[in-house]
Amino acid sequence: MSFDFSTAMAGARFSNPILTASGCAGSGKELSQFFRLSELGAIVTKSIMVKPRSGRATPRMAETPSGMLNSIGLQGPGIDQFLENDIPWLKEQGVKIVISIAGESVEDYAVLARKVRGVAGITALEVNISCPNVENRGQVFACNPTTAREAISAVRRNIGGEVPIIAKLTPDVTDITEIAREVVDAGADGLALINTLLGMVIDTNTMLPKLSQKTGGLSGPAIRPVAVRAIYQVHAALPNTPILGMGGVASGRDAFELVLAGASAVSVGTATFGNPTAAMAIKQELEEICIQRGFQNFRDAIGFAHRVEGGDGE
Amino acid sequence: MDFPTINPKAQQFDAEVLSNKRVGSYNHMVFSVDEIASYARPGNFVAISVGGPGTSMILRRAFAIYRATVKPDGQGLLELVIAPFGNGSTWLANRQIGDLVNMVAPLGTAFGIPTEPVRALLVGGGYGSAPLFALAEVLKSRGCRVDMVLGASSAAKIYAPLEGKRSVSSLTITTDDGSAGTHGRVSDVIPAIIASSNIEIIYSCGPMAMLSAITNISKERGIMHQCSVEEAMACGIGVCMTCVLPIEGEDGVVRMTRTCIDGPVMDGSKVTWTKSREIPDGVWGK
Repeated sequence: MSFDFSTAMAGARFSNPILTASGCAGSGKELSQFFRLSELGAIVTKSIMVKPRSGRATPRMAETPSGMLNSIGLQGPGIDQFLENDIPWLKEQGVKIVISIAGESVEDYAVLARKVRGVAGITALEVNISCPNVENRGQVFACNPTTAREAISAVRRNIGGEVPIIAKLTPDVTDITEIAREVVDAGADGLALINTLLGMVIDTNTMLPKLSQKTGGLSGPAIRPVAVRAIYQVHAALPNTPILGMGGVASGRDAFELVLAGASAVSVGTATFGNPTAAMAIKQELEEICIQRGFQNFRDAIGFAHRVEGGDGE
Repeated sequence: MDFPTINPKAQQFDAEVLSNKRVGSYNHMVFSVDEIASYARPGNFVAISVGGPGTSMILRRAFAIYRATVKPDGQGLLELVIAPFGNGSTWLANRQIGDLVNMVAPLGTAFGIPTEPVRALLVGGGYGSAPLFALAEVLKSRGCRVDMVLGASSAAKIYAPLEGKRSVSSLTITTDDGSAGTHGRVSDVIPAIIASSNIEIIYSCGPMAMLSAITNISKERGIMHQCSVEEAMACGIGVCMTCVLPIEGEDGVVRMTRTCIDGPVMDGSKVTWTKSREIPDGVWGK
């Protein structure tokens, strides 16, 4: 009997559950030297903003134990150039496309959603709300239930009914299930868990912060237990809301762990920096593990760690 | 098949250590590779996994290729000069003959070779001299005159192997502490060499401050300057956006540009050299 590796999130269907993570796959062209992009469940593009953005000054990066800090500052060409230059090329590759958007104001999210609405062939929209809100003293949208709701509502009102919305949340909150409930109530069809955690490194030679912006987002295997915890908590609270899991996945085993916690699909991010073919290796390993553990259908493994011991589970 | 547009010759592969010798403060390492050696050009670099299975070091380390050759039997050789400074480069420098390391190569831009014979000055800072010897060989084979200046903090940090010097008409050494050659910096001796050898193009590789100083010297004299920059990289293949510098494009617009894809070799006059930890004014999207 053949194994069914396909998965779905809020009506968006994927041939396999391995996606890239936003900001970790460039424009797609960079990775296409190393594997066929159409082998991915989907490519998640770097979070794009309304206008061109230089990003932050260097140093933007610091390696940490089993992880790294980054402070890119959402460098990008702006939504118009992005839709004109990057999207047509990705469509030619035959890969499913999840566009990631990021705003500095509620109106930005509305504008971005309207722009994406006009583009055919987009599988889903990831809404990165882990960005500073310039209208609220720079507080991150996803750290506050009200602003998280406002950003997602703005997208919901403007995207139309075709493209599923996946809200990407930060784990840097007291209760991530509270934010998750708010954004789902505001119209998010799915959740992306987790964004990076805020961290800092001080260079003990210069005795100054290593990054030009002092703080940066921590990613890599160091944060995987945080991702597993967040996914598990949110899946328990909102079992009918599909989760795109991410956070330090570097092997098929790691991806399987997030799936067991409740992820319907898994994004590979920082692992690609160290290994351009990481997503392909993880995809193969995950499929082998699922088969080895007796699953005939990938979707049966989603949230399998939530079963009651001695109950109906295997 | 979708034809890749970035790093079209790059491959990911395991390479066997054939030789590993200590030279001054550095390790000269030779790796066995396949036909990728024939694609590598002076200025290209390689990104190497460090630490072995289960390591906490998740990012590759980037090294300029010292030399890439193909033996008559078809075996490719890739030579690197490693400065064992941090945990990653120290791990690499400790590899033994027969060990395998995972590489992605060749990456990045190469030094541009003039079509006509020219008088070239090659300037290396520390182990930034690594890619310059192969470049000197290519320039010499094209009939160019090649002068070289190598600078470092002290004598032990000058990398100038005997075989590398063969393609060079003159070699000037500077050290910050005066332990070898001229006491001072490369920028102290370059103007006199430009004048006496009638230099038409400068190639350089080394720390930012050195490249910035050479850019000033070359701009004042209207000399072309191709430099290989050393920005911290997480991936080396263009996806992480950490290795950027403000660089003027062909359209005259200055953008934060990846030095792994559009570099490491670039036109020094197009780079906005800045020490401040801020995006310079006028950069696109600031």
